[in-house]
Amino acid sequence: MSATVDSQRARLREVDAPQSLVVRFPETSPLKLDAGVDLTNLSVAYQTYGALNSQKSNAVLICHALTGDQHVANIHPLTGKPGWWSTMVGPGKPFDTERFFVICANVVGGCMGTTGPASTNPMTGKPYGLELPIVTIRDMVRAQAKLIDHLGIDQLFCVAGGSMGGMQVLQWAASYPERVFSAVPIATGARHSSQNIAFHEVGRQAIMADPDWRDGRYFDEGVRPFKGLAVARMAAHITYLSDEALQQKFGRKLQNRAAPTFSFDADFQIESYLRHQGSAFVERFDANSYLYMTRAMDYFDLAGDYGGKLRAAFLKTKSRFCVVSFTSDWLFPTSDSRAIVHALNASGASVSFVEIETEKGHDAFLLDLPELIATTTGFIDSAARARGIA
Amino acid sequence: MVDAATKPGNGHSLSPSAHGAVRVDHLLIAGMVEKNARVLDVGCGDGALLRLLADLRNVDARGIEISQRGVNDCVAKGLSVIQGDADSDLLDYPDDAFDYVILSQTIQATHHPRKVLENMLRIGTRAIVSFPNFGHWRIRTQLAFCGRMPVTQNLSYFWYDTPNIHFCTIRDFVELTRELDVKINRAMAMNQFGTQVRVNAPWWVWNLFGEQAVFLLERRR
Repeated sequence: MSATVDSQRARLREVDAPQSLVVRFPETSPLKLDAGVDLTNLSVAYQTYGALNSQKSNAVLICHALTGDQHVANIHPLTGKPGWWSTMVGPGKPFDTERFFVICANVVGGCMGTTGPASTNPMTGKPYGLELPIVTIRDMVRAQAKLIDHLGIDQLFCVAGGSMGGMQVLQWAASYPERVFSAVPIATGARHSSQNIAFHEVGRQAIMADPDWRDGRYFDEGVRPFKGLAVARMAAHITYLSDEALQQKFGRKLQNRAAPTFSFDADFQIESYLRHQGSAFVERFDANSYLYMTRAMDYFDLAGDYGGKLRAAFLKTKSRFCVVSFTSDWLFPTSDSRAIVHALNASGASVSFVEIETEKGHDAFLLDLPELIATTTGFIDSAARARGIA
Repeated sequence: MVDAATKPGNGHSLSPSAHGAVRVDHLLIAGMVEKNARVLDVGCGDGALLRLLADLRNVDARGIEISQRGVNDCVAKGLSVIQGDADSDLLDYPDDAFDYVILSQTIQATHHPRKVLENMLRIGTRAIVSFPNFGHWRIRTQLAFCGRMPVTQNLSYFWYDTPNIHFCTIRDFVELTRELDVKINRAMAMNQFGTQVRVNAPWWVWNLFGEQAVFLLERRR
């Protein structure tokens, strides 16, 4: 499991000089972190699609998930693959780029151009590594709000995202109720469950157990914890699928062989698939960034910030919500979405809630599911009419 | 006993012209709802009534529907609807969240009709309930002369597969509103042809010839 030198060089370029729009906030405009410190010299890398109208009323913010980035609807500069949500964002798509001005920013702590552990610390001239303070979902949203301020937008027409992106959507609605006209949290929860924290801890320990992790200083020492990061990805990837989907796709089928080899080679197709997922991931992601992202999700407990009452988080909201869950998602099961819906109802918010039947598991939110497209389109169109967007 | 003298009046009528095949009971309900009101339709099905209310009455329309298919259809049509049921999901809503809470052709399928009604009048200042009248003469004759559980065009289920577990007659319903000390603001009954039973007819006529009934209820202050 090793990544090519060229691909690693390209990935490192994306950290400090990304192929994206970048706003570099001056030292006088630091990001105040939940950890109690200021992050100065914040950079935020972002992509935009479509055009902002003259009333600035048609801006949509897409929030990406744990291993996503700002390349939501364009060819990815590192992988050469279509954007991660090109099913949902683009001309004629639910987030129609001929109608809306769509923004997606790499989150703080990420590794695609926004300040993160792989970014160069201006104080030392070296990558931050673990010197970067722990960031939270709320910090990510604060950084996005600074970007939205920078773009001169008062109110977002919609904030949307799945999984960790959905957490940001909920945080936006709670932190900036007047700046969110509509919100689409998908396959997400208002807090990370114990089981989810447990899976993340396995991933982090895999990275830290890699001798090449070097307490996070691997860049300085010219090595990379590829093995640990790949194992972390493999474990996490299982949680994104469902038992049924794995059974359908792989079952107990063998990989290019007629019989088991009586070895620890990847005899089964599922093993080969996971190894591929692991090795492809290390080509485009930073191990320390993975630690920071997973920690941010673990710390997320929206009700905790409001005296343990989730409805209190939404008391000031005027946003209309469309909550979406998937039947086979066991990482963020429908009960998580239902808890959000109940809290929104209790706060008197306008809320739609759809549970979509699929065997695709948590990753369903990234797929081209007709029911996901139809329900989000209906919701967005109706919200756009209410907002007076042509 | 209730007599005709205490029976409240009729709602004003609405033209269905712009809406093609609109259900008569939906139009009656729309006639009871004031403009720009906040409305929750419990058991909103495919959202036809919510759509009608939004178009005719410009209401802030919300819905709860038990079937996921119905919910997804509603949301795809741009309606604000969640999956849930009348028995358990009204509890989350705060007091006075709505001007009207509607239960259209659903009360007979709830587990605890009385609690549902109480909750409706907690979260809404008014409640509109429409239901099939089990006291209608066709149902009475089927039971009396055939000795079998009635199956009619409106109530087409057999006893063993019906979702309708709490049928009531118009008289039964009126009795429940008394027990709950709820004011009947308006009431209407329709015969099998969808025309209204004469307003000044006594309750027993309604109970015999009304196939469906619609009640507008209000909390007593």
